[in-house]
Amino acid sequence: MSLTPDDVRRLARLARIAIQPEESGAVLDRLNRVLGLIDQMRAIDTTGIEPMAHAVDVVQRLRPDEVRESDQRELYQSVAPAVEDGLYLVPKVIE
Amino acid sequence: MLNATLRELSAALAAKKLSSVELTRACLGRIERHNGELNAFITADAPQALAAAERADARRAGKGNAGEAGPLTGIPVAHKDIFCTRAMRTTCGSRMLENYVSPYDAHVVEQLERAGTVLVGKCNMDEFAMGSSTETSHFGPARNPWDKRRVTGGSSGGSAAAVAARLVPAATGTDTGGSIRQPAALSGVCGLKPTYGVVSRYGIVAFASSLDQAGPIAKSAADLALLMNVMAGFDERDSTSVERPKEDYGRFLDTELKGLRIGVPKEYFGEGVDAGVLRAVEAALRWYEAQGARRVDLQLPTSPLGVPVYYVIAPAEASSNLSRFDGVRYGHRAQGYSDLMDMYCRTRAEGFGAEVKQRILVGTYVLSHGYYDAYYLQAQKVRRLIARDFAQAFERCDVILGPTSPTTAFEIGAKASDPVQMYLNDIFTVSAPLAGVPALSIPCGFDEAGLPVGLQLTGDYFSEARLIGIAHRYQQATDWHLRVPKETPL
Repeated sequence: MSLTPDDVRRLARLARIAIQPEESGAVLDRLNRVLGLIDQMRAIDTTGIEPMAHAVDVVQRLRPDEVRESDQRELYQSVAPAVEDGLYLVPKVIE
Repeated sequence: MLNATLRELSAALAAKKLSSVELTRACLGRIERHNGELNAFITADAPQALAAAERADARRAGKGNAGEAGPLTGIPVAHKDIFCTRAMRTTCGSRMLENYVSPYDAHVVEQLERAGTVLVGKCNMDEFAMGSSTETSHFGPARNPWDKRRVTGGSSGGSAAAVAARLVPAATGTDTGGSIRQPAALSGVCGLKPTYGVVSRYGIVAFASSLDQAGPIAKSAADLALLMNVMAGFDERDSTSVERPKEDYGRFLDTELKGLRIGVPKEYFGEGVDAGVLRAVEAALRWYEAQGARRVDLQLPTSPLGVPVYYVIAPAEASSNLSRFDGVRYGHRAQGYSDLMDMYCRTRAEGFGAEVKQRILVGTYVLSHGYYDAYYLQAQKVRRLIARDFAQAFERCDVILGPTSPTTAFEIGAKASDPVQMYLNDIFTVSAPLAGVPALSIPCGFDEAGLPVGLQLTGDYFSEARLIGIAHRYQQATDWHLRVPKETPL
């Protein structure tokens, strides 16, 4: 199955990636080549096969519910693009 | 000294015939001389390295409070730039993280630091580890020391080139679909992808979490063992870290080859494999047979499905993992946006390169409403079939032997226009991470153009020590791993 330019616009929006009109043709072409490759596995009969989500079957470990981390807000925010008074700054979302 | 293995360097350091400062200076000199052309390092830091070397020498002399020296104390190492380090920026080969300095160290970084290794720098890589040639790096392609017009392989291409050109004796890498083994093969060095869960993923920038695994790159198989002894081990900060007793990865270096059952899948020796690659790999197989190993012909019928399955699962997991790069908490943020949505979209458009964006879009597609069952779920089912193929093979053989890559190093730009041609380079390496089993690559000769060929040995879960031993025996009888690239003579 081939994607259309509309599909690419929809995916780009879902993925939060701006695609310029002049690059959309090349993006579409490359995506369709990759999907052509992927299609090879769609025809395989997998009736009754359990999906394999992880390489090694491990049980989710639980740890005691106790405080371990110290407050490192300043350290973590030191690499942020924009902060003020300990808060991350983003464009206004509520009028 | 520069062509010495870790074992030899370790012995020289212990005997005080060599100081870490001398060795580190020699490595820094090599980087100074060759990195301009090879582009193996994104960041190198001489003052920090020399300070660490002085600490290591003091520790070897019994001074300071870092504890007793270990085999790797004073050994210069480089990390793939995907391992978070407080001491140097961690770019992941991306504009998105061009100036990112992590507030914490990766587990592997901590372990090697504790062992007293000397961090000299961070190695070039495909952006977010997405690539097989190190050409998708924001910092430009790394160049192969055997022929600078050619790629190093990828994504851990900078690490492989740095070891191949004798800039450092050891480096770290990560392998999601072949990113340790394929560059090791194309650059003529040794690389091991351990069993999933053996090395902690804590502090490694995530690509495809169900596949990502860190491992060592070095000159010899015995050196891989020394590095694994430090890198491997349980870490509760990685929820998929496997709890197992500590093991010595060098305990099978004198393993018996007589009676060893070597599985030879017909799919690994068919069309699409270069004649020069086949010749070298078949010669290595004959050497093992001459030592008394037994050839077991077998089939891995799902092997051709590895690449298609991988290019569903890896992009799907990547699209989720990379959603964290939104210009809010760290990394690049675009200038001049109209609202929050526009800020996200511009930030990600500017911060990511073409290959990364393409994989995020593929991942978004295969996970999107109405397509999940047909793609992601189907890929997970075929992944089970691939793992079963290995399980059945390991009932009949102890190790699977074949080429690491169907070709030797290709020219920079040769496969850039067609993603599928690039992806098919991973045909022999993707299956091991999908199944979760360990595999390594060692040099086994050269093609007619003088480019190195990699031999891949794949084993059952947790058989790393055995694989290293089998590889070491071969390296006791051959010197492919000790050849120095002609473009970077000693």
